[in-house]
Amino acid sequence: MTSLSENIMNKPANTAAEPIWLTERRAAGLAQYQTLPPPALNDELWRFASVGRLKIDDYAPTGAPSPANAKALLDRSDLVSERAGRSVHADDHSLCFEGLSEELIAKGVLYLPIADALKAHPDLMEQYFLKTTTELGSDKFFGLHAASIRAGTLLYIPKGVEIEQPLVNYYWTSAQGTAVFPHTLIIAEDNAKASVVDIFSSETKENEALNIAVSNLHAATGAKVFRKVVQDWNKQTTSFQLDTTIAGRDAQVKNLAVNIGSERARYENQTRIEGPGADVKMYSITVAEDNQEFDQRTFQTHNAPNAVSDLLYKNALLDQSRTIFSGLIKVAEGAQQTDAYQTNRNLLLDPTAEANALPGLEILANDVRCSHGATTGNLDADELFYMMQRGIPRRTAMQLMVFGFFEEVIEKVDNEELAENLRQLIHKKFEAKIA
Amino acid sequence: MSNSKIQDEAISVDTEKGNFSYPEDYAYDAGVGLSEDTIRYISDVKKEDEWVRDFRLRALEIFNKKDMPTNWATKDLENIHFDKIRYYLSKGQQPSRTWDEVPDDVKETFERLGIPEQERKFLAGVEAQFDSEAAYSRMKEDLEKEGVIFVGSSEGLEKYPEIFRPYFGKVIPSTDNKFAALNSATFSGGSFIYIPKGVKLKQPLQAYFRINAENFGQFERTLIIADEDSEITYMEGCTAPKFETATLHSAVVELVALKNAKIQYITVQNWSSNVFNLVTKRGMADEGAEVKWIDCNIGSRLTMKYPGVVLKGRGARGEVLSIALANNGQHQDTGAKMIHLADDTTSNIISKSISIGEGRSTYRGQVHMPKHLKNCKNNTECDALLINTNSRTDTYPAITTRGQNNTVQHEASVSKVSAEQIFYMMQRGLSEGEAMSLAVNGFVNELLKAFPMEYSVELKRLIDMEMEGSVG
Repeated sequence: MTSLSENIMNKPANTAAEPIWLTERRAAGLAQYQTLPPPALNDELWRFASVGRLKIDDYAPTGAPSPANAKALLDRSDLVSERAGRSVHADDHSLCFEGLSEELIAKGVLYLPIADALKAHPDLMEQYFLKTTTELGSDKFFGLHAASIRAGTLLYIPKGVEIEQPLVNYYWTSAQGTAVFPHTLIIAEDNAKASVVDIFSSETKENEALNIAVSNLHAATGAKVFRKVVQDWNKQTTSFQLDTTIAGRDAQVKNLAVNIGSERARYENQTRIEGPGADVKMYSITVAEDNQEFDQRTFQTHNAPNAVSDLLYKNALLDQSRTIFSGLIKVAEGAQQTDAYQTNRNLLLDPTAEANALPGLEILANDVRCSHGATTGNLDADELFYMMQRGIPRRTAMQLMVFGFFEEVIEKVDNEELAENLRQLIHKKFEAKIA
Repeated sequence: MSNSKIQDEAISVDTEKGNFSYPEDYAYDAGVGLSEDTIRYISDVKKEDEWVRDFRLRALEIFNKKDMPTNWATKDLENIHFDKIRYYLSKGQQPSRTWDEVPDDVKETFERLGIPEQERKFLAGVEAQFDSEAAYSRMKEDLEKEGVIFVGSSEGLEKYPEIFRPYFGKVIPSTDNKFAALNSATFSGGSFIYIPKGVKLKQPLQAYFRINAENFGQFERTLIIADEDSEITYMEGCTAPKFETATLHSAVVELVALKNAKIQYITVQNWSSNVFNLVTKRGMADEGAEVKWIDCNIGSRLTMKYPGVVLKGRGARGEVLSIALANNGQHQDTGAKMIHLADDTTSNIISKSISIGEGRSTYRGQVHMPKHLKNCKNNTECDALLINTNSRTDTYPAITTRGQNNTVQHEASVSKVSAEQIFYMMQRGLSEGEAMSLAVNGFVNELLKAFPMEYSVELKRLIDMEMEGSVG
């Protein structure tokens, strides 16, 4: 197997005839990847992260899974049964795109693999594809993504079209040592409405993988988009997720992330508010165990007045795991009447776990309401005592409290089946530990 | 500075009391720029022991090797030209004990700062620093009887090495940061204080100091050792006259609180708006000890100051209360560090900042519970008040937590003075400016109470002065 560097050098991902602009963006990405230095210890945007552990050349893009394998993965892609559409990818090969109703197709909704979208809608793609990234320190990895991206999903919702059920994208890794670059592009035009679920999973507990995923969400005037991300890679995976949201006037966007897997997961989530009246929510729950490291960087940029952003990140830590929450709210000059909030709660369940919090504010306008709060602590001894007094065994009481800690975010999922599945995922992870 | 300028400023001395200066006729002057020769010169003038000179020279090497911390701090630091600064000036005088021995123009400066008056009132001892050397130093006899040592840095290292040497440069090593290294190489002046076991000072010790020479960096060094079960409150207040070119102030303050000792360190700073004020302050708290920093930063072009407490012994307590006020052209980059290294340690940080005009205030904090500790607590609150539409505030805390039954909470908020409040007060006959001043004083009132009465009165007046012309 050739290494990832050799692979992108010798065999550019654009083997098919791609438009010139894309070739240029890929080349620019490659140059960015090759010239930018790797994250260093004194880099503020990587503070507290274990830099230098990543060996990118241990990974390379791999071929399509066998038909039997593909079938098995399709069968396992069942977290949400009532859906408006489903796509399943394995090792950056598209296994299926299905379910979009004739009615929605007729209304102009596009739900396509990135490769097809590039052929059928080059103008739309030129406007949005690989144009936006986070400003949180991962330019190098975004460059690698741009140079290497093969698979992903475009969801385009035209003006005024509302899709009630979610569109569900599954991204699997299967082959040993695979490098994947999943891409989700969501474009919601004026007053459009949709919800999307991205689910990242590994076929087995053992297959090692590198993931560099990018998601760009564009919500135009009055659009309503709810994106949920479930990161459930196995513990042999190194994962980067670089997500952006751009919210226009009166747009309402919700982001909800559930982080369970990976040996080391960096999750960057940036919201840019460009229109007044926008309202963006960012929620996340993370369960960290063993030697897992979750490195979460968020950025709420308010470039327009009268908008709201609210962030809630909750982490529970076991064993020797580490979490890093680094959040920044930036209110630009003139973005008056901004309401921006940021809350980080860390629950230390073992004395060896380590939670780092860097909640930041940069405020350049005076008529704003901004606050952040970060707390780190253990389970409340009084609450535990109270439950034990009522005859609940200690371990059960602890479980109840941990699940209660997450319930604040889970109940926002807005889809009972998915919420229940997420509870199961979390409970499974905990039961072995606390039981 | 021209004569007419001095005239102008002498007239307005009542309203802006730090804004005057006197002819410079320094007996010793290390010249401009920094080299090994400069360091040797300073060391020679001070007739220092070999180990102190070596300490300085090593620190100079470290200073030359260290990068500016611009990977996280403001780029304004690059505007400091170390080769254009004078690192040592002195009248060549020994610290004097009686008022009569103090030179007349120095006396006059202090007269304006109100030192004799304050001493009459309640001070136990005054160590007033005029530029590099202590010009006036006296302690009440009863303090001396109790064995309290209150001297300048040179005198401390020369006369009491057995007391000060074990802790000198230990809480803040020269390698800590570039400016701590600079101070370690060039330090002069400051206070060295030792409080013997069980001695509890009822009245605070106080040092006033000023910068008085253009392009002159002031590098005072303070070391306070509070022996077991002792208590001390130390106050420093700074005012500096205005000069055309930037002035560098880079102090190092080390506090050592041994078992069950209490140290309270109060700073009121009112630098003129061309001063770079880059200060390293850290206290070490042993078992059951308490270190408390009360810090008020007004003025200066750039202040970078993060008082810290290393909670080394079981049950130690650390506290930082700070007020920062940033006006046009000013950047108050302040904060606090709490390093928990033992069980049952607690720390508290309360920071309030006010940004006026294009002023920028920044809170940077670090709370560290890196080991498997038990029952540690930290509480951090930082509130920012923005007065004008283009005022700016930033908050950058960093919190690391491990261990059992530890609790850390951090909260920050940003707000402005509400229109209703101003309207209400104006309805009652206050001008808009007065109303604003009142609201701002209300915002910091809770913290002002932590200062001794004289200081809180002075602070309120300083805040009123800073608020002048900020509205309307």
